[in-house]
Amino acid sequence: MEILVCVKRVPDTAENEFELNSAGNDLDRDDLVYSVNEWDNYAVEEAIQIVDKVGGNVTVVTVGDDESEEVLRREMAMGANNGILLSDDAFEGSDGKGIATILKAEVEKGNYDLILTGAQADEGAGQVGGMLAAMLDYPYASLVNKLEVLGDATIKVGREIEGGNQEMNEMDLPCVLSIQTGINEPRYVGIRGIRKVAKLDIPVKGAADLGLDASTVGEDGAKVKRVDYFVPDMGDGAEMLEGSTDEIIAQLIERIKSKGGLA
Amino acid sequence: MSPLIGPASFKFFGVFPAAVFSFVIPVVGVAFFAYIMARRLAPLVKAAPDNRLNDIPRRIKNLAVIWLAQYRQPRYRVAGICHIVIFAGFLILSIRSTSLVIIGLSDGFVLPGFDGVVGSIYNFLKDYAATAVFIACIVAAWRRLVTKPARYAVPEKYGKDHTAEAVFVLAIISTLMISESLFEATQVAAEEAAYGHGVFLAPLSLVWIFKKLVSGMSQGVLQGLHILMYYVHDLTFFFFLCFLPMGKHFHVITSIFNVFFMRIKKGNIKPVKHGISEEELDELESFGVKHLEDFTWKHMLDFYSCADCGRCSDQCPANAVGRPLSPRFITIKARDLIFKNYPLSGEIYKSKLLVEDIYTEDEIWSCTTCGACEEECPLGIEYIDKMVDLRRGMVDEGMVPQSLQKPLKALEKRGNPYGMMEKKRADWASEKEFAAQCDVKILEKGATADTLYFVDSISSYDDNIQEIARRTAKILDRAGVDFGILGKAEKDSANEVIRFGEEMLFQDLKGQNTEAILESGVKNIVTADPHAYNALKNDYQGLPPVKHISQLITEKIKSGALTLKHAIHPEKVYVYHDPCYLGRHNGIYEDPREALDAIEGLRRVEMEKSRDRSFCCGGGGLMLFYEPEEEVRMGVLRVNMAAEAGATVIVTACPFCLVNIQDGIKVAGKEGQIEAMDLTLLIEQHLA
Repeated sequence: MEILVCVKRVPDTAENEFELNSAGNDLDRDDLVYSVNEWDNYAVEEAIQIVDKVGGNVTVVTVGDDESEEVLRREMAMGANNGILLSDDAFEGSDGKGIATILKAEVEKGNYDLILTGAQADEGAGQVGGMLAAMLDYPYASLVNKLEVLGDATIKVGREIEGGNQEMNEMDLPCVLSIQTGINEPRYVGIRGIRKVAKLDIPVKGAADLGLDASTVGEDGAKVKRVDYFVPDMGDGAEMLEGSTDEIIAQLIERIKSKGGLA
Repeated sequence: MSPLIGPASFKFFGVFPAAVFSFVIPVVGVAFFAYIMARRLAPLVKAAPDNRLNDIPRRIKNLAVIWLAQYRQPRYRVAGICHIVIFAGFLILSIRSTSLVIIGLSDGFVLPGFDGVVGSIYNFLKDYAATAVFIACIVAAWRRLVTKPARYAVPEKYGKDHTAEAVFVLAIISTLMISESLFEATQVAAEEAAYGHGVFLAPLSLVWIFKKLVSGMSQGVLQGLHILMYYVHDLTFFFFLCFLPMGKHFHVITSIFNVFFMRIKKGNIKPVKHGISEEELDELESFGVKHLEDFTWKHMLDFYSCADCGRCSDQCPANAVGRPLSPRFITIKARDLIFKNYPLSGEIYKSKLLVEDIYTEDEIWSCTTCGACEEECPLGIEYIDKMVDLRRGMVDEGMVPQSLQKPLKALEKRGNPYGMMEKKRADWASEKEFAAQCDVKILEKGATADTLYFVDSISSYDDNIQEIARRTAKILDRAGVDFGILGKAEKDSANEVIRFGEEMLFQDLKGQNTEAILESGVKNIVTADPHAYNALKNDYQGLPPVKHISQLITEKIKSGALTLKHAIHPEKVYVYHDPCYLGRHNGIYEDPREALDAIEGLRRVEMEKSRDRSFCCGGGGLMLFYEPEEEVRMGVLRVNMAAEAGATVIVTACPFCLVNIQDGIKVAGKEGQIEAMDLTLLIEQHLA
């Protein structure tokens, strides 16, 4: 089975303290560390496990700049066979639809049976997977937490439904799935693993290679433009506890007690 | 001249010479033994290299102390004494056994040099030796069958009970003692009957008792018994020889080698592969131990040498709290696998991935690397390096629990396991009240100092533990030490990174720290974190000398640079908890105690498990992130031990011990009854 996994390089929420930049329209990115979007690791792990069982290849793809190559290498260190970097100045400033357009062009160049994305990205809108499926006219399932290959042309897909219920579906291939965390336990990738794949070739494709009209992507093609980015003001009833950790804990316990939450 | 015919001249039914048996039994026995040993050597030959020929004088000393003098045995009193008796008896009787084999071919043979007074003294000694061994066997069998110490039990998940083998071997040894003594007793009895006097026998020895029992029997019966006992001894002896390599009694043969080759340096971790430099690591195909043959030959020898005494697991904190780890069975399971994959005849099987075949991932992650097992093993079997090698293999295969992946990634990106920003590493020093009293120099932009205070991650970032950093800085300041910190250039010491098998990340962090430290131009390093102390001292190379703050405190008290007040709380009872990485791994037991005792009027007690038998608090570094399966926390057990000792304050000298013991106090419900504090806090409070 040929599987394409779309991944994204994001500022790591676990290892950063976010502050706004002076212009107030984005994060202050000077001191940020980046990594693979957490959901994408689950998608890649799932793809590798499928290929281990039924054979085939896993290709990871990302839209980004030169620095995005590091996330491709990390996923290749996990076990993805190929990486493709989609990079072009014309791609900068793409909205979700622009990213989906770029990815669609790459999907059509290949011969993929299954396309996986993360359910969402740390700083994203959870929209690319669905748009990509629609543009390709492929079936789509979101928030997938179980996956089983039934044959050459069908898979069984489980989705977690709000409230903790589980849904199971049979789907025809090719299709697009957005993968939820918890579907598996992604394997660890250390420095050694990344060094092992350091010399592997990762082709870079631009708008021309993909046969894309530059005006449909990037800032020019974006129909959605970010106009503001801020930490919301505290609403009514919200209150920030202050002090040392111990003091905050004491205050919190006091509050829970006073509302009858603790005997 | 003996009235009895010896085995060399005896003829069965008057025709068949017994000497044929005397010849055939040893030849066949030795042939079998040689074959078995050759098969047993096969996995060692295929194993990974290991460098065990350094520091020969220390190795000889270990042989003298740990092997010959059985120094570690009496740590378990009764079993230890029994073992010493049997061991010493075997050594003494080995001479007798050798000459007995030859007596079967040459009547009345005496080893050169044993014909005069020496021989008489030896005979006297060996008679008592045989008697003592016999008695020790009875005591040992009694323990195995009646008292049944808990540490001998085999939990169901680890297989069948081992009592039968133990008792069988005790029976074999007893048979050797009895047959040897009866062989001699019948001869002396016959001599006495024939000539009215026999040789002097050691009073109350086995042979003395047997002689009393058999005297009065006819010469015919004595003759028959004499020959029978000779061949019972001969057969049993060679059977035993060939039986030894079949199980836990292999140690009778391997122990001398195992102790000679045992680890000498403490605190460090073995290289990924002996003979491969750090620069060449990238070229290695695979890391760590994945299959049986990835173990080094010494580690294989460890598996052969285990006597199954259970002391390691009895001391193991992971085993005590019900984690799925028992060091004894790390060894036993590997030995069983060697025996299975390398059978005595036929095909040698390929090993599967060990963590899927005989071990589980959780089993290998459960070890805190506290070193209690290694400290205890009378045979010098090691565990930490094996755990690390198995973890290296798991990391290489991507088998790392999610709970550890996060901190490892944070270490890679930010140089600390919490994912905090580098530029905040020195923030602990700018806390208002502290900064007003103590100015901590950051060794950057040309600032210099004599001494580097290496803070390490937990004391830099943990709200609660930052207090250790501040008290340490105050003590250094008061002692007149010219010191500074590295600030954002400092990375995690990575003591646990290497111990959790992430070798390349360790190399990376070590490289960054080494460069920053050397660039700072300091002449000394001091730290209050024993894990950092251990890593910098034992796992890094080429750094200025490193001291733990407890050493510096004691030194400065002695020199008069630090003076301490009378105890602020003379009513409290203090107990010192030895951190593993200060005590067992680095031998610092007395400095912290001396520092405590330097506070006049301070009452201090000791826990039963202290110094080299200290009980791990739960583990430091990455172990704080690992979510083990366990029934109770190590910290809780430790707090209970302190309470038993009558303490109201547990003083430790390690940030991780403090975290674990404070948690332990809460979980044990002992808040208000007992408290925990770091040595630096206690000393700083008492600065005069």
